[in-house]
Amino acid sequence: MRGKTYGLITGLTVLMSCGQAFSADGGGAIDTGTTCWMLTSTALVLLMVPGLAMFYGGLVRTKNVLGTMMHSFVAMALIGVLWTVFGYALTFGKSTLGGFIGWNSDYFFLKGIDDSIVNGVPEYVLAMFQGKFAIITPALISGALAERVYFKGYTLFIALWFFLIYCPLCHWIWASDGWLFNSGAAGVIDLAGGLVIHVSAGVSALVIAILLGKRKGYPKTPMLPSNMVMTMMGAGLLWVGWFGFNAGSTVHSGLDTARALTMTQVSAASGALTWMIIEAIIYKKATSLGFVSGILAGLVVITPAAGVVTPPGALFLGTASSIVCYMALHAKGKLGYDDSLDCFGIHGVGSGLGVLLLSFFIRKSWMTAAASANGGSWNSFDQLMIQLKGMGATILLAVLGTCLIYYIVEKSVGFRINEQKEIEGLDQSLHGEHGYGLVHSDFVK
Amino acid sequence: MRKIEAIIKPFKLDEVKEKLNEIGIKGMTVVEVKGYGRQKGHKEIYRGAEYQVDFIPKIKLEIVVAAEMVEKVIETIANAANSGKIGDGKIFVLPVEQAVRVRTGERGTEAI
Repeated sequence: MRGKTYGLITGLTVLMSCGQAFSADGGGAIDTGTTCWMLTSTALVLLMVPGLAMFYGGLVRTKNVLGTMMHSFVAMALIGVLWTVFGYALTFGKSTLGGFIGWNSDYFFLKGIDDSIVNGVPEYVLAMFQGKFAIITPALISGALAERVYFKGYTLFIALWFFLIYCPLCHWIWASDGWLFNSGAAGVIDLAGGLVIHVSAGVSALVIAILLGKRKGYPKTPMLPSNMVMTMMGAGLLWVGWFGFNAGSTVHSGLDTARALTMTQVSAASGALTWMIIEAIIYKKATSLGFVSGILAGLVVITPAAGVVTPPGALFLGTASSIVCYMALHAKGKLGYDDSLDCFGIHGVGSGLGVLLLSFFIRKSWMTAAASANGGSWNSFDQLMIQLKGMGATILLAVLGTCLIYYIVEKSVGFRINEQKEIEGLDQSLHGEHGYGLVHSDFVK
Repeated sequence: MRKIEAIIKPFKLDEVKEKLNEIGIKGMTVVEVKGYGRQKGHKEIYRGAEYQVDFIPKIKLEIVVAAEMVEKVIETIANAANSGKIGDGKIFVLPVEQAVRVRTGERGTEAI
């Protein structure tokens, strides 16, 4: 409840916690403005999933395009069901098991929220909005394991990952009684999932890429993108969807929303521009993949920060993210792990940077409110410590959880695909189809 | 009859086709192909990683003509497709035993 003072950062959870009082009697008039924007945001965030499928699908080889796109699409179905059954209950229920996770039997099968209106918004909308975040997070990881896993192994992996990593982490950071939500003067600042989504997915991606090993032939054999046109369209959809992601996370339709939307736009633009300039200097060419990587770098860095920073801060974060992510991708080449589509290099590194750097760009009014809540003083370094604590907890959970899940999946249904099937490609060997009507599918036999 | 197979740079196709039309060649088949010879491949950059791409896109023209036309066609293609740089392509000439126009059943040079 302390978060209420600071509005934006804690938006959703505040409403959740206030709302639980309302929901008991199901009362409260509907705020049509906010409800309308939240419905729109919910749809926008879902749009990011096919956007991600296109982005990733275009980056893999022709023989794996459908298998890769299915990795994103299946999350809409699988996590879509799990979220309804127990996801919402585990994340936004009351803290249990020493605060490790939440539980609210009213949220089990969403059966107790039929009449519930939370601060003017039907709780169904809030539950569905949150559910979209749960869908896209495991799908992000699919970039690290692209072109080399069994489909059944992947589905088991994301189901377990959702249960063991996403649900606890989301509860810690976004539930009103989560321990990280209540750390320090005003909690860990993570507007739309810098930690909950991008750092958790990015770190898990790095772990899984190392555990699974490289694709056959990597890095000697060139593995060229099948369709950069599709990748660019996917990146465009992600940018558009991100307005629902960030501005929707204010769970509001007003000043805070406008701020989050503006910072999102500013950071994405400065990220894309920076990456383009880096490549223009180094290669004398502005590549399309570099450009869209810059968009993503700008978007992930502002995700935790869009609620508290101002435009100069957003410009700086976007630029810094592109520079650091660019260096991270180069380091990958030297270190030799095969994070195939750079989930760690962009989502983990870029968003992690945002989680920490935002401490130095917080608007004054937020700091003043935090200081008074803390009894007089609160500065950037105090907040940085809280951010580091959140980051440490996220990394620890993601690393341990992902290792455990990897061994469970590998020993049960099998994770890493066998060599022959990998050579044939996932589309033919696992799905019995081929993505492009080109000669390729005849060649692989 | 002879079949002329010419592998050329894609951006030269329009020019070659125009010149062939001028000497009376009214039909041809074109295929997008990939390959490499002395030109080797080229470099592509993806997220900062440079890849050597061996197979580079080319166009293959297939034209069947009467034997006496062969030298003229070769000369025309060689002139029009020449940019003076490595990778301009190659021309192959093959004997053709028979040609049939499906609609009318005409055979030989009548059919081409």
